[in-house]
Amino acid sequence: MADAPKEISLTVDGKKVTSPPGTLLIEACKTVGIEVPSFCYYPNFSLQGACRMCLVKIEKMPKLQTACTTVISEAMTVTTNNEEVRQARKAMLEMLLGNHPLDCPVCDAGGECELQDMTFSYGAAESKFMEAKNHKDEQQWSPVVYFDRPRCILCYRCVRVCGEGMDVWALGVQNRGVVSVIAPNKEDHLECEECGMCIDICPVGALTSGAYRYKTRPWEMKHVGTICTHCGDGCKTTLGVRRAESGLQIVRGDNRDKSGINGDFLCIKGRYAFDFADNPERLKQPLVRKDGRLLPATWEEAFELIGKRFSEIRDKDGQSIGVVGSTRTTNEENYLLSKFARLVLKTNNIDHHRTADFPAFAAALAGKTDRTASMRDVFNAPAILLIGNNPTDQHPLLAWQIRNNVRLHRARLYAINCQPIKLRRQATNFMEIPSGAEGKVAAFLAGDDTAADALTSATASRDGWRQLREKLRTEQNLVIIFGSEIRGNDLPTLVKFGLAIPGAKFVCLGDYANSRGAADMGLYPDLLPGYHRVADAGKFHEEWGKIPSAPGIALPAMADAAKTGKLKGLYVVGANPVARLGFDPFAFSKSFVVVQDMFLTETASIADVVLPVANAYEKSGTFTNTCGDLQLLKKAGEVSDTKPDFEIIVRIADAMGFDVRKLVPFGTGTRADMGQSRGAQSGEADRHAVWLEAHGLEPKMSPFDPMAILDEIQRLVPGYDVSQINLLSGNDQHTNLMSQSAGSAAHDGSLIAPANDDLFTSGTLGRYSRALNSVIENRHLQPAETEVAAD
Amino acid sequence: MIIDFRLLIEDHGTSTIKNQKSTIKNRQSKMASLVSHPDEVRVVSKRFGQGATSIDRYLELDGYKAVQKALGMQPDAIVNEVKNSGLRGRGGAGFNTGLKWSFVPKQSPKPKYVLCNGDESEPGTCKDRLIFEHDPHAVIEGVVIAGLAVGSHTGYIYIRGEYRYLSEIMQKALKDAYARGFLGKNILGSGYDFDVYWHGGAGAYEVGEESALMESLEGKRGIPRVRPPFPAVVGLWGGPTVINNAETLASVPPIILGGAEWYAAIGPPKNGGTRLFCLSGNLARPGVYELPMGYNLKKMIYEVGGGIPNSRKLKAVVPGGSSTPCLTADEVDVSMDFDSLMKAGSMLGSGGVVVLDDSTCIVKFALRTMKFYQHESCGWCIPCREGTDWLKKTLTRFHAGGGLKKDIDNIQYLAENMLGRTFCPLGDAAAMPTIAFVKKFRKEFEDHLEGKPCPFEKEAAIEQLPVMA
Ligand SMILES: Cc1cc2nc3c(=O)[nH]c(=O)nc-3n(C[C@H](O)[C@H](O)[C@H](O)COP(=O)(O)O)c2cc1C
Ligand code: SF4
Ligand code: SF4
Ligand code: SF4
Ligand code: SF4
Ligand code: FES
Repeated sequence: MADAPKEISLTVDGKKVTSPPGTLLIEACKTVGIEVPSFCYYPNFSLQGACRMCLVKIEKMPKLQTACTTVISEAMTVTTNNEEVRQARKAMLEMLLGNHPLDCPVCDAGGECELQDMTFSYGAAESKFMEAKNHKDEQQWSPVVYFDRPRCILCYRCVRVCGEGMDVWALGVQNRGVVSVIAPNKEDHLECEECGMCIDICPVGALTSGAYRYKTRPWEMKHVGTICTHCGDGCKTTLGVRRAESGLQIVRGDNRDKSGINGDFLCIKGRYAFDFADNPERLKQPLVRKDGRLLPATWEEAFELIGKRFSEIRDKDGQSIGVVGSTRTTNEENYLLSKFARLVLKTNNIDHHRTADFPAFAAALAGKTDRTASMRDVFNAPAILLIGNNPTDQHPLLAWQIRNNVRLHRARLYAINCQPIKLRRQATNFMEIPSGAEGKVAAFLAGDDTAADALTSATASRDGWRQLREKLRTEQNLVIIFGSEIRGNDLPTLVKFGLAIPGAKFVCLGDYANSRGAADMGLYPDLLPGYHRVADAGKFHEEWGKIPSAPGIALPAMADAAKTGKLKGLYVVGANPVARLGFDPFAFSKSFVVVQDMFLTETASIADVVLPVANAYEKSGTFTNTCGDLQLLKKAGEVSDTKPDFEIIVRIADAMGFDVRKLVPFGTGTRADMGQSRGAQSGEADRHAVWLEAHGLEPKMSPFDPMAILDEIQRLVPGYDVSQINLLSGNDQHTNLMSQSAGSAAHDGSLIAPANDDLFTSGTLGRYSRALNSVIENRHLQPAETEVAAD
Repeated sequence: MIIDFRLLIEDHGTSTIKNQKSTIKNRQSKMASLVSHPDEVRVVSKRFGQGATSIDRYLELDGYKAVQKALGMQPDAIVNEVKNSGLRGRGGAGFNTGLKWSFVPKQSPKPKYVLCNGDESEPGTCKDRLIFEHDPHAVIEGVVIAGLAVGSHTGYIYIRGEYRYLSEIMQKALKDAYARGFLGKNILGSGYDFDVYWHGGAGAYEVGEESALMESLEGKRGIPRVRPPFPAVVGLWGGPTVINNAETLASVPPIILGGAEWYAAIGPPKNGGTRLFCLSGNLARPGVYELPMGYNLKKMIYEVGGGIPNSRKLKAVVPGGSSTPCLTADEVDVSMDFDSLMKAGSMLGSGGVVVLDDSTCIVKFALRTMKFYQHESCGWCIPCREGTDWLKKTLTRFHAGGGLKKDIDNIQYLAENMLGRTFCPLGDAAAMPTIAFVKKFRKEFEDHLEGKPCPFEKEAAIEQLPVMA
C-alpha cells in the first residue's frame, strides 16, 4: 500500500484538529464538535460560497473566510466564535430576514427550519428593516412539488441535488439580483423524476410537498423509521404518523436523519407512495362469498370457514392446495407461510411471483461468502459492471448509488444494455447490445469468443468487447450487477467469470421490496428456506417435524391443476397472479380460494374468502433487499380491523386445529413478545390477550409476534446469522447468500417474470397510490422522451 | 471626447433594447470628438483618431511589430519584460500583469486561454470603448503576445453587451488580421498557431468580474466561481487562463517595442506607464485623457479637465469608478496611482474620475450609485443580493423625505456588514462608496431628515415612494 498521506494539523478555537489533506475547514471543525453554521454548504455537492454563514477568522487573512470553501492547511489557526464572526453571522441573518415573509406559523417547515434554528442560535431577533418585502405568488410545479419564492433563501441545494445527485437537471436559477428565482425546467411546471429530493433538502419551507403541505406540524407527528415497501432496494424511510379516524395515518416519508443505506435518498415511491394505505378502496372487513357474492363477514366466521375447508381438502389429498406467497410481506411472514404450507397444509405447492433467479445465483456462488455486494458497497466500489436492467427506473436507489459513486469517487462504470439507459451518462464504457443478448455477454466474458458475434454493433466492435473484458479482468473489488435478463444457465457462467476477479462481488436484481426475502425464505415448490432442497429436508425435518419431500408444483402449473380439478384450494397471501402473471381467473371456479390483500384485486375478486390485511408500513418484521441487506420494519400506520398476514396465518393454523406452538416458537428465545412493548396498535394487545387467555396461554408471550420467529430464521437460514442487536437497533445487516444443498437444481428461467415497473409504477400496489397516478410523467412516455438532457 | 456621465449611468439601469437604438445614435453623434491636453503621454491612445481600424493604417503606425518581436523572444523573457515594466491591471484591482502571467503553469494537459476583458461597465469608466473603436488591432496584438508568453493558442475578446455597435469594428479587425496571417495557423510564418474569437456580453456588469465572465463565455449564467482555484490554474473550460483588461492588453505591444525600462519610467515606482483617465461630471472639459500614472488629481481636475464650470465649487470626487470611495474637496491633492490612492483611503480602480460640484445632492448620488449595484448584483450571495436591495429601498425612501435618524446608522451598518463578506467584490463595490458617503457627508444625510425635502431639489418635490422590484 502507498504511504497514507500525511495528516494536516491545525488549531480551531484553541483545539487541535488533524484531518487528511484536502479536507474542507467546515468538515475539519465537525470532527472536534465545532459546528460552523451553513446554508449553502451540503456535503457531497459542489461548493457555492453563497450564503456566507460559515465565515470564520483565519489568522493572517485580512478578511473573514468561508469555512465551506477553504481547504485546511498546516498550522492554520482558526477562530469560529469571536465578536467579528458572530456579528457577520448575525448580519447575514438580518439581511435574509429583511426580505423573508416570516410566515412561520403556517409554514410547513416551521419547527424544522434551518432559518429558524439559525436565528435562534445566532440571534437576529430584532429587525432593522422597515421597507416593503418583495412578494411573488406561490407556484405549483407538479402534483408533488410546490414553490414559494418569498421563503427561498437561494442556497441552491435543490438545484444541486436535482442536477448533481439525480442527474435530472430540472431546476435552475433565473434572473439576477434580488429577483433571482429558482425555476423549473418547463417554464411553469416540472417534468422530472418527481423524487422530491429538492423538497427534502430545502432548508426552509420554500419547496413543499403536495402530499404533506399544510397537513400537520412536525411536532404533532410520531416519527417511525422503517423500510420502503416498493422496489427491491430497501430504502430506509422515516414516516411521519398522525392519529386519524381510521387509525394511524402516514402523512410524510423522508430520511432526513440519513440513518440508512440510502442516506437522504428516496424516490417518488418511497417519499409519497405510502398513500395507498389510506386509499378509500382499502378493504376493512373480511369478505365471504355467499350465493356467488362477496359479502362482509366477521373474522371469526372467516377463520372458521377457512379452517374447515382447508382441513377437508388437505385430509382428502395433501397436495391439492396451492399457496402463493408475496414479495411484499416480511421475512417472518414468508418463513411462516413456507412452514405453514409444509407443516399444516402438508404441501410443497408453494410459489411466488419470481422476478430474479435467486436459486441459480445461490447455487452458482456455491457457498462462497463475501461475494454478494451490499447497497453500501455499490456506493464505494472502485468499479461496477452493470448488465441489463434499467436501474434509474427499476432500482432508483441503486442508480443513485452508482451515479454518486462515479461522481464522488470516480468509480468506473461499465454498462451493457440493450437500451440507451440513462446511466450510460455515468459510464466509462457503454456497450449497447441487441435485445436478449445479455446471456451472450456472460458467455463472452467467461471466455467464449464466439459469443462476440452476437454482440458486435456500430458502437461495440469485436476489439471493443475484447478490450472491455481485459479491463474487467484487471479490476479489483469489481461489483457486478445484473438484471433478470441473466438467469438459468447464463447465471453460473457470469458468476464464474466474476469469481475469478479478486474481490469481485455480485448483485442480482429482483424487483419488489422483499423479493429476495421471499426467495430466501423458501417460497418455492422445491426449496425450503435457505434454498434447501425439499428432498433433503434434514434439519428442517428435525425442527419442523415431518414435511412432504417431493417437490410441489410451480405457479403456472397451479392454474392448470385447478382446471383439471387436481387443485382444490388456493391460498394467496399478498399477490395478484391473475393480473400480474396472467392466471386464468376461471380456472379456479371450482376451487376454494382464500386471498389476503388490502384491495379487491383481480385475484381477490375470484376468492371465496378475502381477508383485509395490514401492509408493510403497518407491521413489524424484517425485509431483505435485493443486495441481501437485512433491515428492520417498524410499525408506523394502522387501519383498524385489518390484521397482519402473520397473525392471519397463525389464526388459520389454529382454526385448522394445529397446535400453533409448533408453528411459532413463542415464549422462547430473545424475541418473546416484543409486540406489546413495540408500540402495538391500540386494542391489539387487548385483542391478543383475550385470544391467549382463551387458549390457556401466558398473555406475555404471543404467537402473533413475528419477531418470535426471527430467532428460528437466524438459526436455520444460512447467511441470516447476523447481529440481532444491530438489526433491532435499525442498522442494515448484510446477509450472505448461501445455499445449504450445494448445486440446487437449475430453475426454469421461464418462470421469472420481471415486474418492469418504472419510476411511477409499483405493481398492483402502485395502482392505489394517488401520488403515483397524479404525476404527468406517469404516462409511459418513451424513455428518450422522459429523459432530461444533462447540463 | 465628451462624456455625459448621467447618460452612462442611466443606461445601466433602464435601457431596454428599444430605447437602446436611440442611445446608440446619441452616442455615435458624440463619438467623433476626442479631447487632448499637453500633459498627455500617448502610449495607448497614440493611434486614436488616426484611422487605425484599417489594418493598413495600423501597420503603418508600427502595427504588429510587437508580435513580430515577441515571436523571437522566449516566453519567460516576455513575461519578465511585462513584469518589469510595472504594468498593473487596468481593470480595477491593479495586479502586476507580468506576475499574473507567471502563475500560469508551463505544462498543462488542458488548453490554455487568453481572455480580454472588455466588459467595461463600471459607471464613470469609458476607456476600453475608445480602444475598441479607434485601435482594435492593438487589443488583438496584446492578446497574441499574452498567448505567446503563457503558451496559449486561443484568445477571446469579450465585449460588453451594450457595446454592440463596436462589434463590427472588432469583427472586421479580426477578419483582417486573419487575412494577413497575424492570426490563424502559423502566424507570421512562425509555426505558431493562434486563434482569437470575439464574444458579446448580454448586459451584465457582474460579467466583468473575471470568473463570472468565464461562466458567461461558457454559456452559463454570469455568476462568479469559487476561488481557489484561480483562473491562472483553472479558468475557462477548466484550462489555465490569463484574463486582462482591454487597456492592459493594449499596453503590452508598446512595452514589448519600447522596453520595460522606458515604460516603467513614465510612472512612479511600481506603477508603470500611463492610464486612460475618464474625466466626467461637473467639468469644463470632460473626456478621456492619457496621463502618466501618478498624475496629481487636483491638477487633473483643474487643468486637464478645465475646472468646474458655472463658478461652482468642488464637493467631491469619485476617483476610480463608481465603486471607489469618494474624496472630499480637501482630499484631492493626491497622486493618481494605485498605492497613493490606497493610502488616501480610496482606490484607483478603473480610472473613472467623476467630479461632483456643490449642487450635487450626495444622498441622491448615493441612491443612484446603489440603484446601479442593486440592479447589477448577480444575486448569488446573501449580503450583496439582500444588502443592495435593502439599501436601495432605504435610500429611496430617505431621499424622498421619509428618512428617520436611525436610517443613517442603518445604512452605514448594512454597508459595513456587506464589506469584505460577499462572494465577489461587487458587494464591496456597493458598500465602499456608501460608507464613504455616510461618513464624509453625514450632515447632508441629516439635512434630509424629519420630512424635510431634499435641499438640492429646485422644486421641493417629494418623490413618489418606491414601487417594489
Ligand atoms: C463586479 C466586477 C466587475 C468588473 N468589471 C470589469 C470590467 O468591466 N472590465 C475589466 O477589465 N475588469 C473588470 N473587473 C475586474 C476583473 O475581475 C479582473 O480583475 C480584470 O479583468 C483583470 O484584468 P487586469 O489585471 O488587466 O485589470 C471587474 C471586477 C468586478 C468584481
Ligand atoms: S427530479 Fe424533480 S422532484 Fe427530484 S429533485 Fe429534481 S425537480 Fe425535484
Ligand atoms: S428552494 Fe429551498 S433549497 Fe432551493 S434554493 Fe430556495 S431555499 Fe434553497
Ligand atoms: S428506491 Fe426503491 S426502496 Fe427506495 S424509495 Fe424508491 S421504491 Fe422505495
Ligand atoms: S457579491 Fe455576491 S451577489 Fe453580488 S455580484 Fe458578487 S456574487 Fe453576485
Ligand atoms: S456555507 Fe459557506 S458560504 Fe454558504
